[in-house]
Amino acid sequence: MSYCATCDGFFFRERVIAVVGGGDSAMEEATFLTKFASKVYIIHRRDELRASKIMQERAFKNEKIEFVWNSEVVDILGDEAVTGVVLEDTVDGSRRDLALDGVFVAIGNDPRTHLVHDKLDLTAEGTVWVDGRSSRTSVPGVFAAGDVIDPTYRQAVTAAGSGTVAALDVEHFLAALGEAGAPAPDAAEIDGLPGAEPVAKVDAA
Amino acid sequence: MTAKATTSATFEQDVLQAEGPVLVDFWAEWCGPCRMVSPVLDQIQSEHPDKITILKLNVDENPDLAMKYQITSIPAMKVFNKGAVETTIIGAKPKFALEQDLAAYIG
Repeated sequence: MSYCATCDGFFFRERVIAVVGGGDSAMEEATFLTKFASKVYIIHRRDELRASKIMQERAFKNEKIEFVWNSEVVDILGDEAVTGVVLEDTVDGSRRDLALDGVFVAIGNDPRTHLVHDKLDLTAEGTVWVDGRSSRTSVPGVFAAGDVIDPTYRQAVTAAGSGTVAALDVEHFLAALGEAGAPAPDAAEIDGLPGAEPVAKVDAA
Repeated sequence: MTAKATTSATFEQDVLQAEGPVLVDFWAEWCGPCRMVSPVLDQIQSEHPDKITILKLNVDENPDLAMKYQITSIPAMKVFNKGAVETTIIGAKPKFALEQDLAAYIG
């Protein structure tokens, strides 16, 4: 089972694999995988894709790609390695097995924004809304950065960059309140801060 | 001390016929996490030269072995003992986590 075509595609040379999903990611991954695999099934639970037209057309034209419509994966078969999947027809409920050497999952991502639900505005994709390319959210004084604001690029480096944006936005915000530039007081002198206790060594398992 | 490399040509001797446990690190140049875990393995080898042998196998150069051992995701580390795979570790991990996984060998 893989969640990354660019990482693991290499290991499926001349094999028969499936990509589960119907969006742009699934089309992109499936098309990429045809460089290695002998056959790529795209398994989608409806009879039309939500991917953009151009990505759809690219996939339709690719001879190594075969679409499996109205199907949901209900089980993965195999002990040490994937040998296939069990598909359930979303129209009539019938089931069948499909023999495969590998399965790539590309059904999308849920941004983990539960912490701020009903507190900050979210976008249609479920990410935290920010003003343009800043980190300012719908609540003044609250700033957001990282994949939680970015449904598009989601790279470590873009997330780190957005963190810098947030740091600078915070500085500007504090400057506007007249606080920026003053050195931070010694932690011991701030009333109400819990005392720092040494943390016991955490078992990594 | 950097862990040495093994190849299809030398695998039988280096790994399958070795006396003690041998950890084979399946890696590739284009695999970021593989490159992250590589120096960690070097450190573990330096610290335990007598308890385990760590060898690196490039999957681009030796795809036959990658296929033979059903590698579908890298980095993959397999510990061989008396010619058979005893332990499999998939994915990059920090040193303390790898040491835990290898506790049976390095103590």
